[in-house]
Amino acid sequence: MAAPALELKGITAGYGRIEVLHDVSLAVPAGTVYALLGPNGAGKTTTMLVASGYVRPTAGCVHVAGSHVNRVAPENLAKAGVCRIPEGRGIFPNLTVNENLRMFTYSSPFSTGEVQEKSYARFPRLGERRNQLAGTLSGGEQQMLAMSRALVADPGILLLDEISMGLAPKIVSELYELVGQLAQDGISILLVEQFARTALAVSDYAAVMTGGRIAMVGQPADVADFVNEAYLGGAA
Amino acid sequence: MTVEFIQLLVVGLVTGCVYALSATGLVVTYTTSGIFNFAHGAIGMLGAFTYWQLTVGWGWPAWVALPAVLLVLAPLFGGAVERVLVRPLHGASVDVTLVITLGLLLFLLGAANYIWDPATSRVLPELFKGGGTSIAGVNLSRQQILIVVMAIVVALALRTLFSKTRIGIAMRGVVDDPDLCAMSGASPARIQQLSWAIGAALASLAGILIAPKVGLSSLQLTLLVINGYAAALFGRLKSLPRTAVGGILLGILVEMYPVYISPHVPGFSDTAGELTKAVPMIFLGVLLLFLPSARLRTSTAAGRIAPTVPGLRQSLVGGVALVVVAVVLTGLLSSDNLGIATSVVVLAIALLSLVLLTGYSGQTSLCVLTFVGLGAWAMGHSGHSVLGLLWGALLAGAAGALVALATARLRGLYLALATFAFAKGMDEAFFYFHLGSGQQLEIKRFQLLGLDTQSPSTFFLLCALVLAVASVGVLAVRRGRWGRQLTALNDSPAACATLGVNTTITKVVVFTAAAAMAGFAGGLYGSSRGIVTNNDFAVLGSLALLLAVRVGGINTITGAIFGALTITMFPEIQKHVHGLPDKLQLAYLLTGLAAVSVGRDPDGLGGQFSKLGHYLRGLRTPPQSASGAPDFEEARLVHS
Repeated sequence: MAAPALELKGITAGYGRIEVLHDVSLAVPAGTVYALLGPNGAGKTTTMLVASGYVRPTAGCVHVAGSHVNRVAPENLAKAGVCRIPEGRGIFPNLTVNENLRMFTYSSPFSTGEVQEKSYARFPRLGERRNQLAGTLSGGEQQMLAMSRALVADPGILLLDEISMGLAPKIVSELYELVGQLAQDGISILLVEQFARTALAVSDYAAVMTGGRIAMVGQPADVADFVNEAYLGGAA
Repeated sequence: MTVEFIQLLVVGLVTGCVYALSATGLVVTYTTSGIFNFAHGAIGMLGAFTYWQLTVGWGWPAWVALPAVLLVLAPLFGGAVERVLVRPLHGASVDVTLVITLGLLLFLLGAANYIWDPATSRVLPELFKGGGTSIAGVNLSRQQILIVVMAIVVALALRTLFSKTRIGIAMRGVVDDPDLCAMSGASPARIQQLSWAIGAALASLAGILIAPKVGLSSLQLTLLVINGYAAALFGRLKSLPRTAVGGILLGILVEMYPVYISPHVPGFSDTAGELTKAVPMIFLGVLLLFLPSARLRTSTAAGRIAPTVPGLRQSLVGGVALVVVAVVLTGLLSSDNLGIATSVVVLAIALLSLVLLTGYSGQTSLCVLTFVGLGAWAMGHSGHSVLGLLWGALLAGAAGALVALATARLRGLYLALATFAFAKGMDEAFFYFHLGSGQQLEIKRFQLLGLDTQSPSTFFLLCALVLAVASVGVLAVRRGRWGRQLTALNDSPAACATLGVNTTITKVVVFTAAAAMAGFAGGLYGSSRGIVTNNDFAVLGSLALLLAVRVGGINTITGAIFGALTITMFPEIQKHVHGLPDKLQLAYLLTGLAAVSVGRDPDGLGGQFSKLGHYLRGLRTPPQSASGAPDFEEARLVHS
């Protein structure tokens, strides 16, 4: 069996003296979608930051496709195929849509032309606004632009952090359609989401985090039952 | 439209192009790295001197030396500065970045004066000597044409870089979000390094182009950057086209002023040309007035613990100790050395004003010596009267209030720039002309209660007593209600405003109090010196003092005394240590070096002492202090 696309082994990490993650281990098998659920402050985003090299773990190790990457700089991890779409809008507001796409070519195997072609084919609305400053796009369009990076980066592992945040349900389902498509193309995805049901619908595996620990790992159906408890005061 | 007018317009345009080049470099580094490089002019100065060394000194042809400086040495230097000084500043407060780049300015100035003795006169030839054409009676030299062409080439090159190339787009992107840049696979550190390399090259180009006109003087070239600041501010530190326009407008204004404006304003017959130098400062000041009001900052100093403020008993003990040490010193020191010690003490009083203003309330001021100078001026015009001290305090306090009112909306970088412009403007427009005859002012010792103030030891003791009282006073203020308000203003102006504290009034009052204190010290300073010159109150002196206090710990009394001691002692050490070259500006070199190395710790050495004190007390007090804690709590409950 091939090495997992992403594996965290016994990760302890935090900010300054405050430890946020305590001995977190998880493995995203190649070609699967893995949902990471949990209440606010559970450490989901920190897990993402560790996986993409922004937060250095104080213990444990991060493996990407079998390679140890603990001390690799974020930009080099990005080039090596770890693609994180951050919480909020992962775009440059003062660059035009075209220029934003050009930025994506740093971690993409495609040329600027190909990147634009692929993105505009998938999101025609972006094509209509190609010379507009990204900051003037609507929330949904901005998230589409951010997701375009996932589309063109051809990532080894895609980290999606709450892509539904603050968006209309219609746009959320549109974005999740893309997630399903990327998964079908065989891209491994680690997904952090507030809406458990939306996330579980597209995932192969799921884990629940509470208080900086993995509370449960399993099939989406099993996790669904556990989730309510964890969200609604299982930790309390 | 006379020919003369058009000729001046052309000269102004050319000068403006140089300002624009320099300012463009400043804006490029500022937008991409978020750090305002106060040392930009010093880097340009270094570039011009290096170019002089290569061409005149070592006889390289210009076509080899120019690319060597602009394309190799300057970018390498800029990149190195980014790597060593700027990169570790990631996420640091404006205040810290200010100290580091100001330190670099002083250090480079000191280093340049060490390498190239300022006493030797040097001439940097124009890139293209002579030649040129004359169109309708307006002369154009080849150098002037070249400058305009270069400015246009640079403008076009930057435009292409920022809109057409991926790295240029990334340079704009990094402004928005460095982390996202990294997520996209572009290294923010590399991009910022490139921007510093470009900035250094542009600064050097401006230096090389302007040096034949203003002379190869390290100080002149370094301070020329103020014109760059002004132009950059015209572009709001963001827009390159507006920056270029600002540079050209300023260039024209500077050239036109002595011919068309100053002769027509009565009382400003500008024979010495010094007022012309103040034009950029006035331009800068006016621009600062029109800046939009800064948003109230929320707390940035999260989790930082300031040094402990000594209690009343502790500060009284300290004050008495200070006076006792002074009494002992009068018995030990010769009268010459007592004079030096008096300078230290008087300067320390002036620096206490910085502790209050910058240390406690977080208002950066680069003009402390201006207030000292005003105090000295008042003293000098008061004869023997001790009231001169009071007049000095009042005059400086009034000036401080005006500065505070004019800059009420500014903070951080802009406040620093405004006070810098004020200090430079006062330096050139007031102290140069009106200090006394021939830039000198004789100041008589005041008479007080029949004391023999002429005696060095009496005067020293008197000053030491004032320092002790002032220190105890400043600490008392810090512990009191108003001191809490100042600290709150420093920590989070936004929170202050929500609590109903009027931040503007607080700021004006603290500025006035600090300026009055510096003015009072100025009176003493003048009396102790007997004669002061305009150079005593130059802006670079203020800058060195701020950095020295900062190194000593700007929120402690120790810091003020340390700053006064080091700045006063540097020239003395220099006199007495053999083998040190006369012109070595130890004060600049070492203060700059100290600032760039420890400037990151806002508490400085004073903070370290405070921590050490804590540690020692911790050692002395046995562990059962834990059981003592509840008593303390109870005691507080009883009192409240």
